[in-house]
Amino acid sequence: MVLLELFWTFLMIGFVSFGGGYAMIPVIEMEVSNHGWMTTQEFTDVIAIAGMSPGPIATNSAIFVGYQTAGIYGAIVSALGMVIPSLLIILIIASFFFRFNELRLVKSAFYGLRPIITGLIIYAALRFAITNNVVGSISWQSLSLAMIFGLSFFALIKLRLHPIYVILISGITGVVLY
Amino acid sequence: MKTNWKYLMQIFCSFFKIGPVTFGGGYAMIPMIEREVVERRKWVKTKDVSEIFAIAESVPGAIAINSATFIGFRLAGVRGAIAAMTGVLIPTFLIVVALSILFLFVKDNPYVESAFVAIRASIVALILFAAYKIGLTAVYDKTTVVITAFTVGILFFLHLHPVLIILSGIGVGVLVVKIKDWFGIVTRLEKDEEIKTNE
Repeated sequence: MVLLELFWTFLMIGFVSFGGGYAMIPVIEMEVSNHGWMTTQEFTDVIAIAGMSPGPIATNSAIFVGYQTAGIYGAIVSALGMVIPSLLIILIIASFFFRFNELRLVKSAFYGLRPIITGLIIYAALRFAITNNVVGSISWQSLSLAMIFGLSFFALIKLRLHPIYVILISGITGVVLY
Repeated sequence: MKTNWKYLMQIFCSFFKIGPVTFGGGYAMIPMIEREVVERRKWVKTKDVSEIFAIAESVPGAIAINSATFIGFRLAGVRGAIAAMTGVLIPTFLIVVALSILFLFVKDNPYVESAFVAIRASIVALILFAAYKIGLTAVYDKTTVVITAFTVGILFFLHLHPVLIILSGIGVGVLVVKIKDWFGIVTRLEKDEEIKTNE
């Protein structure tokens, strides 16, 4: 039952999606390829679409994966899976209204959690770079992709260009080059 | 308690409007939410809203959805939470589904294919940029540098499930701080936290 599997998978991801957005990319990617729903390369396109859509990246990716795997119902159960944990946890925290994020224990948990999330995202970048031929082989395409990667990173970090423009400009570059 | 449907509808609509116009991830929605609930509707006070965002950021899930849910709950209980959450979610959901359909139609077009070859390379840059941004607040002392490096290494060579790694992060954080306390080493638990000696 693929709907149940989608729901369960994103429910589990929903409960651990600390740090939001890109932190969940490697988690979703691993689940999606373990289940055989998509290849890593296909999933890279999902992130591109999710990044171009309004709203949160991780939830958007889940909706897209759900839709591609099992149509509109797949999209619905995946979205629900992602948001139900947030709803439950917020209801608990808000009804006690305790400032749990100011407790020293919670702060020390985040002291360990934050660098792990950082590592997770770095790993995701590495993995995507390898599967999409940005690094690895020495060929004209691989070299030009590394160039596009470098320029995009420069544009994001130094020019503070909005991610949507980076995606659009590199898309146009792709049409011209390949 | 009588359900005030008009009020719930108002909450739903306020968050519904915010969704479709905010590109660039959940954080882009934060100023919009603030303007709507603090300035326009006067539902939340300025001093409370930053605390709501801080909590929304530290619980699992997207910050935009979390803060909407939180605000909805404070306004009208569980129903308010659900109204706000669905309000923020539905427009995004519909747009993503529409884009997915569009993408499935055009993805075999040769121009789209070649565009995506290049886009995939800049997605790698986007992900690395996300790591850089989060790293700015996450990695600031020796311990956090070591934890980051270890995480990348473990994922790369042992292929452990990321969910396990995330959950272990909670334990690692608590444990490391305990050990450092035990040795009398002061840990700054947040990057800009003041060390408590001048209080």
